[in-house]
Amino acid sequence: MADAAPLEGSARGQAFAGALARHRRRRSLRSVGAAASFATAVLLAAVVGGFDPARLIAGLPRVGEFLDLLVPPLRPDHLLEDLGEWYWGFSKWLALLADTLLMAFLATALGSLGGAVASFPAAANLTPGPVTYWISRRLLEFARAVPDLVFAIVFVFAFGLGPLAGVLAIALHSLGAQGKLFAEANENIDMKPLEGLRAAGASPREEIVYAVLPQVLPNWISFTFWRFEVNVRSATIIGFVGAGGIGLELYEALRLSYYDDAGAILVLVALTVFAIDGASEALRGRIMQGARQ
Amino acid sequence: MEAATAEAERRQRLARALVSGRPDPWLRRLALLAAVALLVFAAMRFDLIGAKFAAGLPKLADAASMMVPPRGWQHLPEWLNALAETIAMAFMGTLLGAIAAVPLGFACARNTLPLRALQFGFRRFADSLRSLDHLIWAIVFVRAVGLGPLAGIMAIAVVDAGTLAKLYSEAIENVDRRPLEGARSTGASEPETIRWGLLPQVLPNMLASTLYMWESNTRSATILGIVGAGGIGYQLSDRLRVYDLGEASTIILLILIAVYAIDLISARLRRVLIQGGESAARLA
Repeated sequence: MADAAPLEGSARGQAFAGALARHRRRRSLRSVGAAASFATAVLLAAVVGGFDPARLIAGLPRVGEFLDLLVPPLRPDHLLEDLGEWYWGFSKWLALLADTLLMAFLATALGSLGGAVASFPAAANLTPGPVTYWISRRLLEFARAVPDLVFAIVFVFAFGLGPLAGVLAIALHSLGAQGKLFAEANENIDMKPLEGLRAAGASPREEIVYAVLPQVLPNWISFTFWRFEVNVRSATIIGFVGAGGIGLELYEALRLSYYDDAGAILVLVALTVFAIDGASEALRGRIMQGARQ
Repeated sequence: MEAATAEAERRQRLARALVSGRPDPWLRRLALLAAVALLVFAAMRFDLIGAKFAAGLPKLADAASMMVPPRGWQHLPEWLNALAETIAMAFMGTLLGAIAAVPLGFACARNTLPLRALQFGFRRFADSLRSLDHLIWAIVFVRAVGLGPLAGIMAIAVVDAGTLAKLYSEAIENVDRRPLEGARSTGASEPETIRWGLLPQVLPNMLASTLYMWESNTRSATILGIVGAGGIGYQLSDRLRVYDLGEASTIILLILIAVYAIDLISARLRRVLIQGGESAARLA
């Protein structure tokens, strides 16, 4: 009310004070409503999701015990020998890890290429027609919403066990995700260069190469690096369903309670993801910086 | 006069950037060539170019035709229940992860935790949380709290705490320093500076990241059931394992509808909250 004080007395001042009070009442009512619906959603989710704090507290120490199981006793005075024993399968795991990275690389390339092609009919400003737009959007949504692990199970049925199923599954899911992001980048371009080319009689291919790509490429590349980081994680677990990479080895070790092996593989996976993320982030930053200049 | 010198300076800066920012064109061509060679090698190694791929295509067509009339509608109540569980898991997991990520995010940001060694340690900790996939954490938590959605909630929360802490800390590091200096110059304490100088700048950003993770987690949550961590993933993997593709396609259809609905709600919330956030930032 303090802000209305100087106007007090005059009719307009009173009208203003009244409107301000009404506005504030409405706003506080709205925030009470929002808080109430949020609280209801949390409560509902806690009940439906079986969120039981007592069970959680009872279980949490077991997370520590489990993580402890993953690392064998390492004596400081025999560290190298103990590490050597822990990593008895180092060369095998390293080869599997290399395959996993290669799977992520191939799947990212295939998915991004497919997404790039699909992004033109799926961009509202570049699509040849509303029907093409609608169909390509729905197909991209389908590819994006189905998790790669589900595609992998179907592809294992068709192509047999092994990395081919995993590559195709990750590629298809990436195609959906990349297609959507690329299409959004396409929709945000400046249309003037395109109109200029069109006025000069350029073909649709020339319009894309000379007017669209120079504007969207830095964004596309940045999305592709980011997708590669995501796909490296996916490739490490796609083996759970027999679709290649280090995942099968990890899954078997966990299932058969070879905890030392599982721990060794998990440490390798985490370190690899660390390294890939760092390298990819640095490259992404440099490319975006180059684009801004 | 002044405008002319500014313009000349700008051009000079641009020219310098153009000269120094570009890598050697030959180096670029070489890198591109190496990447293409690696792709061809990978495609051959994984039989993408080869008999295995060609032999699988007719089988893939078979699988697709087996999916076509989606069947098993008599299981609908059971599946809808499981789907509700999945949605609830994603919501609770995101919420818990976001709550944990707020202090962690401030601890990971250089401008709110000036002790570099400590800040670096927190950042590596956040990275290690998100370096393992949801599914791996789900296995860990199934062992700790038993089968069911609680394990899924915790798996999502742990990965999210790491991811959101990173995103929050980046938002915090990118703030404009002037409002903070302004608040400090009026004699505000450190918490007051954060509340009035920093929070209005980062809150819309943080909300947007959280909503984005909510959508992403809804998709991730649909498969956690494969390792027994609750939700529709159990039914789906069970149907897929015995190759009952007709029933599996019904479940996939349900998942698509749910994911689509959550995306719509999230987009709407983003519009409402972030506009509100921006006007709040202007007011403050």
